[in-house]
Amino acid sequence: MSAADNILLRTEKLTRRLPGTVVTTLVEDIDVAIARREFVAITGPSGSGKSSLLYLLSLLDKPTTGRIILDGQDLTDVPEDDLADIRLRKLGFVFQFHFLLPEFTALENVMLPMRKLGKLAPAAQERRAAELLDSLGLADHRHKRPDQVSGGQRQRVAIARALANDPLLILADEPTGNLDSKSSANVREIFGHMVHELGKTIICVTHEQIFAEASDRQIHLVDGHVVRL
Amino acid sequence: MAAVTLHIARTHLLSRKRQTAVSLLGIVLGVGFFLGVASLMVGSEKDFIHRLVDNAPHITVKDEYRTARTQAAVLLHPDAAVQVRHVKPKEERRGIRNYKEKLERVAGLPGVRAAPVLSGAVTLSYAGRDLGATVSGVVPEQMRGVSIIETLMTYGTLDSLSTNADGIIIGEALADKFNLQPGNSISVTAPNGAVRLMKVVGLFKSGNKGYDESQTFALLKKVQALLNQQNVANRFIFKLDDPYQASAVAREVEARTGYLSESWQEASADIMGTLAVRNTIMYSVVSAILIVAAFGIYNIISTIVMEKTRDIAIMKSMGFHASDIKQIFLIQGLLLGVIGSAFGSALGAGIIYGMSQVMIKTPFASDPAPLPVDWGWQQFALACAFAMLASVFAAYLPARKAGNVQPVAILRGAA
Repeated sequence: MSAADNILLRTEKLTRRLPGTVVTTLVEDIDVAIARREFVAITGPSGSGKSSLLYLLSLLDKPTTGRIILDGQDLTDVPEDDLADIRLRKLGFVFQFHFLLPEFTALENVMLPMRKLGKLAPAAQERRAAELLDSLGLADHRHKRPDQVSGGQRQRVAIARALANDPLLILADEPTGNLDSKSSANVREIFGHMVHELGKTIICVTHEQIFAEASDRQIHLVDGHVVRL
Repeated sequence: MAAVTLHIARTHLLSRKRQTAVSLLGIVLGVGFFLGVASLMVGSEKDFIHRLVDNAPHITVKDEYRTARTQAAVLLHPDAAVQVRHVKPKEERRGIRNYKEKLERVAGLPGVRAAPVLSGAVTLSYAGRDLGATVSGVVPEQMRGVSIIETLMTYGTLDSLSTNADGIIIGEALADKFNLQPGNSISVTAPNGAVRLMKVVGLFKSGNKGYDESQTFALLKKVQALLNQQNVANRFIFKLDDPYQASAVAREVEARTGYLSESWQEASADIMGTLAVRNTIMYSVVSAILIVAAFGIYNIISTIVMEKTRDIAIMKSMGFHASDIKQIFLIQGLLLGVIGSAFGSALGAGIIYGMSQVMIKTPFASDPAPLPVDWGWQQFALACAFAMLASVFAAYLPARKAGNVQPVAILRGAA
């Protein structure tokens, strides 16, 4: 595999500006390349554009200018529904807040992306969701709703959901920002496992130095610009 | 895909049982009352038309003309510039002249049965008491084909007139007023002063008090002699195999006889018009009930959309399309509509059954009768279709709003 083939995600002059009376630049001229099986942390002070960059990379926001190339596919001008399909097949999300659907059990939450994708039969979907929960130490919590488990357990359910469709890339926004130190350490450990054992690529926004240090590489942002790769 | 959106929609509704129940109740009551009122309205209309069609002639030919007859001078000089003013129409003897020949002209029309009648006002006297009445001269064998009078008879038959030439058939109410019994003789006086003593050979009871107290029947020939109108009838009455062809047949009959020929629809045009207005008002009112109920659905689905904005954002980030999100909330509206229609139909059926057990006595009827209700499937289909349409429409606006949720704006706010 050539070096170019090994690049999973690449951006060229990625810029995002918010229109208005006073135009706000969130990020500007971002050129980054993320290799497969790489664990990259995006760091920087508050308001530096970390989350804005993550939302652009996760195809939830559209750049004002610049290009995103994911898995060899240029995503400029791709219609919204096609971007949604790419998110479903290739991306997984973990947010600071678990964002689980409160009326559904842990198992149902994890099955949701699989049900939307419809690649597996219902029984296989349930089996895979159960396996993911078991692997994250939630075997006894499959049939509990989010309000019946702890914050750390909810975040693990969210990680299981992010892994449901076996994505190429996991995008995480302050995944430990709302957790105690023990749960944070657990999530860090899981992220390491995802990269090294499962072969996933992770881009994670974090302001926690200890989390950033656990990554392979840090992209440091200041005022919407990359100052250190 | 529909299975997952259906699952989410169902879960949303079940997780808000009280709000869902209130919204459902609105639809259930709306559909129930819609059905109750519609059933009564349609039932009473059908009952009315049924009575009209069954009890009254489908077509009546009267000894009148639709337009004034053309004057002889105009017929003679149709292009003349001279106008003959103050012309007094020729006095004509009332009645349909040569009625037998005219009746033959229409007797051959397919699906048509006709009978001649000569009606006139008479005074009935018995035991020193006088009462005004109408006597209709009929031919029993022809009358049987165009009137239900024989089915209303509680004593005797129309043929009793044939076997007793001086016979008369009267209403039970009239007999009660005179304290008459079958076999008694009653004095019948015509406006020209002619008097006949006639024997009561039959009694009938139509349920219409006014009719039962004033209508009598006798042989056509006897009535012609009594009223001094030999060889004359003043009405032809018709029954058709298909009553709804009456207007077309009436036009044909009028063309063939020259006399005013009135279908039951024309004779009751004002009442039919009133029924149409009444139906419009009724459907407007009951539709308003369902529209109000639809606001309940709009309210619950709007609330769910507001509460679920974060969930919508996360589902879209996961890969759900805007159309999937819209579908979730439209399904909620549809579910409320379907369940509301089902329970509403059951409630409506209960209301209709309850109303059908209520006996009422109208001022003009002699016996109590059940409220006329209609069990037609059309009302059920209309109520359910309207309820579901209103529910889906009520869900559409919040569903569209949900579909347009921008995940980034929500996720930023939540963080």
